[in-house]
Amino acid sequence: MADTPLLEIKNLTKRFPLGGFLKKKYLTAVDNVSFEIPEDKPIITTLAGESGSGKTTLSRLILGLISPTSGEIKYRGKNIQEMLKRDRLTYIKEVQAVFQDPYEIYNPFYKVDRLLTTPIKKFKLASHGQETHKLIDDALEAVGLTPERVLGKYPHQLSGGEAQRVTIARALLTRPKLLVADEPVSMVDMSLRAGILNVLLDLKEKFGMSILFVTHDLSVAYYLSDNIIMLNRGRIVEMGDVEKVIKTPLHPYVRVLMGSIPLPNPDHRWKEKIELSGLEEQMGVRHGCIFLERCPHAEEECEGSMPELIEVEPDHLVACHYAPKSSDLE
Amino acid sequence: MTQHLLEVEDLRAYYKTPVGVVKAVDGASVTVEKEEVFGVAGESGCGKSTLAKAVLRLLKPPGYIHSGKILFKGADLLNLGEEDLRKLRWSQISYIPQSSMNALNPAMRIKDQIADAILAHENWPKDKTEERAAQLLKMVGLPERCARMYPHELSGGMKQRSVIDMAIALNPELIIADEPTTALDVVIQRAVLQVIAGIKERLGASIMLITHDMAVHAEITDRMAVMYAGKVVEVGSTHDIFKNPLHPYSDALMSAIPTIEERRELKGLSGRPPSLLNPPPGCRFHPRCPRAMEKCSREDPMLQELSPGRLVACHLYGE
Repeated sequence: MADTPLLEIKNLTKRFPLGGFLKKKYLTAVDNVSFEIPEDKPIITTLAGESGSGKTTLSRLILGLISPTSGEIKYRGKNIQEMLKRDRLTYIKEVQAVFQDPYEIYNPFYKVDRLLTTPIKKFKLASHGQETHKLIDDALEAVGLTPERVLGKYPHQLSGGEAQRVTIARALLTRPKLLVADEPVSMVDMSLRAGILNVLLDLKEKFGMSILFVTHDLSVAYYLSDNIIMLNRGRIVEMGDVEKVIKTPLHPYVRVLMGSIPLPNPDHRWKEKIELSGLEEQMGVRHGCIFLERCPHAEEECEGSMPELIEVEPDHLVACHYAPKSSDLE
Repeated sequence: MTQHLLEVEDLRAYYKTPVGVVKAVDGASVTVEKEEVFGVAGESGCGKSTLAKAVLRLLKPPGYIHSGKILFKGADLLNLGEEDLRKLRWSQISYIPQSSMNALNPAMRIKDQIADAILAHENWPKDKTEERAAQLLKMVGLPERCARMYPHELSGGMKQRSVIDMAIALNPELIIADEPTTALDVVIQRAVLQVIAGIKERLGASIMLITHDMAVHAEITDRMAVMYAGKVVEVGSTHDIFKNPLHPYSDALMSAIPTIEERRELKGLSGRPPSLLNPPPGCRFHPRCPRAMEKCSREDPMLQELSPGRLVACHLYGE
């Protein structure tokens, strides 16, 4: 048997009730999702999708902030729903999070230092004050900040980029095995964004930390990740090696998506126009493929059953009845 | 010399705050020609939205225009009376404010909101406004039934396109759009940008497109300006700015944009944008500039024309 993966997601489903008195309605935010993050080497896995694709719900499930309707989340072989207190504490320590809005996690009345000393106290990471200082200084340096620049300051005195770096330093204190980063750069200005992305790449190399990176921005995903998981309406439509998925997308939906990403290169502008009608999506229960209405290759088969993920080449899976049959991978 | 459609000259727009005057736009000069998409790029707080509002004289206290000239087809908007200005707005210059798609009236049908936009500026009979609304919806690729819908029935992209409809209802010559595609998904963003480019072609209007997203500029603008800390630091054709950025700040921006075209190493900028309450002396970029010279901390560089249509405000060039 292969090694136990670091994180194993198996048939995970999350439904939110939408009201309805006698006949309850549900929104399926995450729909039968399975994937793994291996243990043997640190990798960056990106969960990518448009708004409403379920990427944030999935990351919140993994962090244990909400519980699944069905399915399993296993950390090193243990189901996080069934963990006992001690394992649970280890899980919280080893799986850390960074969120979109860096200011949200600060209490504006306290200095930045408090954010950093709290996890040290909580997890008893240091036995005396000097050790605490050393831990904090090291963590800040790892994210490219000088301690003098941020310590003793209030949150509003930091720029967005600095505030986000401090939250990454906080996550780093417990030496996590997995960092779940939900859109950590989407509120940071572009000139500072590159620096934070480089910090994340650095952490993977230096600390052997795997990262689950959640984003809507595929350009950022391509820069950062080893693996990518493309979500649409709660389902995985395509996943695998980032180079393969971005450069030769197979799912018709992913192809449309890739073709719509603006490129920062005025020599390669969009040439053909896209069809404007039919862009609007509908929610609700469905049996067929998520891309049915807009897919140029839709057949009868696609209406009847939701396609399963099929491995078309090593490290490249796609959920489409049509894609594996088409021989042209372009 | 041919007349510019819009010429902003040394515009200064400030905000009065209890701790001092924030110089949000401090000596900005740009021109917008007929039938072009002119982009304004820059990061948050660089003054691009203030510039847009100032052009329409929509700045509300504590914001005010300190000095400068805003010439629209040769006439200075700063000398116009309130009534003349009201007539000019919408019929000649319209404005799509930031996140305006969330400002649609939830209790009114789309066609009535479009009619409202028309009737606020011109006196049209009711059947004519309905006809116009239907025509406009078609132009931006929305189905006719959307006219009778309420905003909550529409998706983000549909709402944004309805807002664009309101802005082009009276065939203005200039449309100022502030971050019209931010918060939209990429496929919808592409559709909305396609609509904006279509306005230029079909109506012969010009669009001043304000966005922080450099890739959007690369896709649809013809010329663009890069702003930093309240000043325009570089102007040129979009192609030239991307292929050969002259100002060290534009250059830094270019090396910080990720793309799916290639995986190259990105470089971020160190430091942070200066406070606009107390901007540093000399060039406002010098504390972060990798090529700063001694002169940069003393003298503020002027925006100078290096070659026709190519302007830069940096001591590395000229003289």
